[in-house]
Amino acid sequence: MNQRVKKLREQSLNTRPSISSERARIVTEAYRSPEVQTASFPVQRALVFKALMEKKSIFIDEGELIVGERGPAHKATPTYPEVCCHSLEDLEILNSRPKTSFAVDEETLRLYHDEIIPYWDGRSMRDQIFAQMTPEWKAAYEAGIFTEFMEQRTPGHTVLGDKIYKKGLLDIRKDIEESLAQIDFLNDPEAFDKQEELKAMAICAEALITYARRQADLAREMAAKEKNSERKKELEKIAATCDWVPAKAPRDFWEALQYYWFVHVGVTTEYNTWDSFNPGRLDQHLYPFYKKGLEDGTLSEDWAKELLQAFWVKFNNQPAPPKVGVTAEESGTYTDFALINLGGLKPDGQDGVNELSYLILDVIEEMRLLQPSSMVQVSQKNPDPLLLRALKIIRTGFGQPSIFNTDAIIQELLRQGKNLEDARKGGASGCVEAGAFGTEAYILTGYFNIPKVFEITLNNGIDPRTGKKIGLETGEAVNFQSFDELMKAFEKQMQYFIDIKIRGNNLIEKLYATYLPAPFLSLFIDDCIVKGKDYHDGGARYNTRYIQGVGLGSITDILASVKHNVFDHKVLTMAELLEALNRNFEGHERLRDRFINKTPKYGNDDDYADNLARQVFETYFKTIDGRPTVCGGTYRINLLPTTVHVYFGKVTGATPDGRLAGEPLSEGISPVQGMDRKGPTAVIKSVSKIDHLKTGGTLLNQKFTPQLLADEEGLVKLKDLIRAYFKLMGHHVQFNVVTADTLRQAQKFPEKYRDLIVRVAGYSDYFVDCAKELQDEIIRRTEHQGL
Amino acid sequence: MNGLIFDLKHYAVHDGPGIRLNVFFKGCPLHCLWCHNPEGISFQPELMLMPNRCAHCGDCVRSCRYEALSQNSEGVVSVDRTRCTLCRDCLEACQREAIAMAGQEMSVDEVVNEAEKDRIFFEQSGGGVTLTGGEPLAQPAFAASLMGELKKRSIQVALDTSGYADPEVFLQLAKKADLILFDLKIMDNKKHRKYTGVANDMILDNLKSLDKLGIPVWVRLPLIPGVNDDVENLEAMANFLSGLKLIKMINVLPYHKGGVEKFYRLGRDNEFAVYTPPSEDKVEAVIEFFKNKGFRVKKGG
Repeated sequence: MNQRVKKLREQSLNTRPSISSERARIVTEAYRSPEVQTASFPVQRALVFKALMEKKSIFIDEGELIVGERGPAHKATPTYPEVCCHSLEDLEILNSRPKTSFAVDEETLRLYHDEIIPYWDGRSMRDQIFAQMTPEWKAAYEAGIFTEFMEQRTPGHTVLGDKIYKKGLLDIRKDIEESLAQIDFLNDPEAFDKQEELKAMAICAEALITYARRQADLAREMAAKEKNSERKKELEKIAATCDWVPAKAPRDFWEALQYYWFVHVGVTTEYNTWDSFNPGRLDQHLYPFYKKGLEDGTLSEDWAKELLQAFWVKFNNQPAPPKVGVTAEESGTYTDFALINLGGLKPDGQDGVNELSYLILDVIEEMRLLQPSSMVQVSQKNPDPLLLRALKIIRTGFGQPSIFNTDAIIQELLRQGKNLEDARKGGASGCVEAGAFGTEAYILTGYFNIPKVFEITLNNGIDPRTGKKIGLETGEAVNFQSFDELMKAFEKQMQYFIDIKIRGNNLIEKLYATYLPAPFLSLFIDDCIVKGKDYHDGGARYNTRYIQGVGLGSITDILASVKHNVFDHKVLTMAELLEALNRNFEGHERLRDRFINKTPKYGNDDDYADNLARQVFETYFKTIDGRPTVCGGTYRINLLPTTVHVYFGKVTGATPDGRLAGEPLSEGISPVQGMDRKGPTAVIKSVSKIDHLKTGGTLLNQKFTPQLLADEEGLVKLKDLIRAYFKLMGHHVQFNVVTADTLRQAQKFPEKYRDLIVRVAGYSDYFVDCAKELQDEIIRRTEHQGL
Repeated sequence: MNGLIFDLKHYAVHDGPGIRLNVFFKGCPLHCLWCHNPEGISFQPELMLMPNRCAHCGDCVRSCRYEALSQNSEGVVSVDRTRCTLCRDCLEACQREAIAMAGQEMSVDEVVNEAEKDRIFFEQSGGGVTLTGGEPLAQPAFAASLMGELKKRSIQVALDTSGYADPEVFLQLAKKADLILFDLKIMDNKKHRKYTGVANDMILDNLKSLDKLGIPVWVRLPLIPGVNDDVENLEAMANFLSGLKLIKMINVLPYHKGGVEKFYRLGRDNEFAVYTPPSEDKVEAVIEFFKNKGFRVKKGG
């Protein structure tokens, strides 16, 4: 890493995120203008976007090669009052909370008090949503049955395909003109809507070009004053680049990166989309420019790397927009889930790994930044060295890249109805969500707390935490004569809450489609232009809505315990179980030990438990998959938690798997923390028993200590473990390389870490089973080898 | 046919190529003072007490019909092994798995079923099953039957052995393996007897006889400071091994204290010695020593 990159990186790492009120001010002013007030909704939004692109402050920092930021300074984070209008109290909390805080200055508080809150309070999308929801929805939401993604942020959740590398915005404008010319004003009842939408798109295309020209002018001004001849040249090149892209298709590597970045800034300024935005298959998209540059001598490997590093820093300069309340709990992180995809297949089905895939992995390893996130797609057709290179980065303990199964992703997308080429152009974004890049709106609508629904079932519709009746009366648990009867009640209860969620979703989807269309984002996702339809209104070629199931491991262990202890072995009665749960196992410690130690558990390749995982999975799938959404999409499922398993655990009482009230639920499809005791092969066998191909993504976390991966042989065996998982059609796996701190925790709370395998000397063992003296030695060693 | 097995370990990655299932045979004719799997020494099942898991609740003591278990004033449980009948009642009573039984009867089918669970990993990685212990050759009929069944199912088998077995039994079983992991400890016969309880002539003869079979061998050298890390011993080993064609690799296994805790859990408090683990430099020097003699050498298995 050279001095320039080092400086940009340090600066990014050392800057504290802050709130910028600039966007809120410009948006509010725009909404007050008569021109906006009298326009159709899409054109309203386009005019607001135009105002932002014309008025937002711009700057080019020392040494920067890629220019443009979402806010007026690095990590200065805009707010989106038309979506979610923060109260003064929210702003105070953001400023002072211990995790993911944002500095809020007096000026912002004043502006919010005087201008923003008076205008938006009661009018923001968030306010509209809560005003529209039914009492049943509110009760379930407050109980923590589900969360709602769109209450503070807009849908978003898509990834760019290869469009911008082939077309400039002037070309895209021509596409808009053509689409406008096709409108059948005599027979098409949607003709007017299409016209307005396309007009709005055209305004947005023009607005981004304006923004780029402003950057070009600034670069030229700076170049004129610049004393350092090298920097002067760079600034001149920046100016020329911004003159060219995004208006026209990029001609070289630098222009391609800058074009993407302008689009990124545009998307994240238009709205606070879920998952910032993401260039997706970066090694594929950039490769032609890379190759051409090397061939004609305008690019070297080092220079390409430097440009990529400068590009990387830009992502890290943009923390996720501020989240409050439940949304902050479900996604408590600065990261905004721009997940760079490497490897995988080309659209023709051939191996897509190229030199740039490896170069980008070098960049990831050197930069070690929270953002962007990164992953490698691994197909059977991809070579082992790619996976081994990725594992070498993973073992340094920085949690990136994660590893995905291309062959599974393609089959998942095909099952959902994508054509083969679109499926191959896809990948995973966000945490693990499969999508067809450039052609799909695949929107996450909220997490669903499966164990909580079971808790409500055990209590005949009542939430024991509050005593409120929020579910169906499916019968007193003590009256169930068989496990099957209990399962039927659970399924009914699940259906009830999913219906509530979907009813709410449908309203919210329509609210966004009507009042807050996204004409700028619609420029880049096919087939919005051809259809003359907004991204929020089903304009994409494929439209998918997800409800993310949470707690598969927990619910499986819960069901296994009830089946095993109450029904099959009659260790205790249902009444006794309810009593123990009610008392949070106080006075029932040995019973809790039995539930933890002597009851079948998911994650051990034990069909007794794993078959229940399959059963719950199938129920969840059948309850959701294939249902229509109001704007022409289809509901699908996936299984991932971000950080919501902690929040969902907080609102869920003691459970029959021995979990105490308030403790976190299991995450993704991983076994309950510490309950997988037969090593990683058994975990992989268990988690492969659910049909990943029926999902749009599953998340598996595995823990390893650095010593296990220290030598080449350890890496190769881990590589084979992953390859075997992918043969079993697992979707994704990520590795947490364990730190000395974790080992110390394990020493203190062995029951939570019974899955933790460490390499002792020539062999490996469960950490908690090692003698204290040996544990201490391993901790010292881990500290030494760690970073 | 049943064998006495004390553990099955999945994702074993240090005992042969690829990802393996280790099957630990209970019972060993040797009594090495540094043994890191002492629960593999006795040919009988044994109770193991895990004080770190114990809640001192006394459930186990109350469950024992033979008054073999007792608690001291601090609640710490101990077992009178002369009274214990291995009835397993205390295992049932303890909800925290603070009492375990090392050694359970398993049929060939039961072991094979466990191996089948990991087939996809074996096939992907070139791994398989490793018979280890304890000493697999000390249960020859079961070992033969298990190896035969695994071979029939095209699962690769490695045999991890001390080499201390009747030559006929040894060859018969060795023939069924795809790889032999052969422990070589001390070349001096007297010293060997002192530290392991048995002479080494038969071991050396068996190792030699492998050359005729054409089965690859990895020699495993547990490096015990002050016992077998002297130049004389290493030279003797190198000389001996140089004469053999099928030695594909030497695994240097540095001594560690992992077994000490287990000796206590088994109540075998006086049956081991504690050594200082060899320094990194020492291990490297030994590796270099064998490399210079023309061997492929690796630290660990």
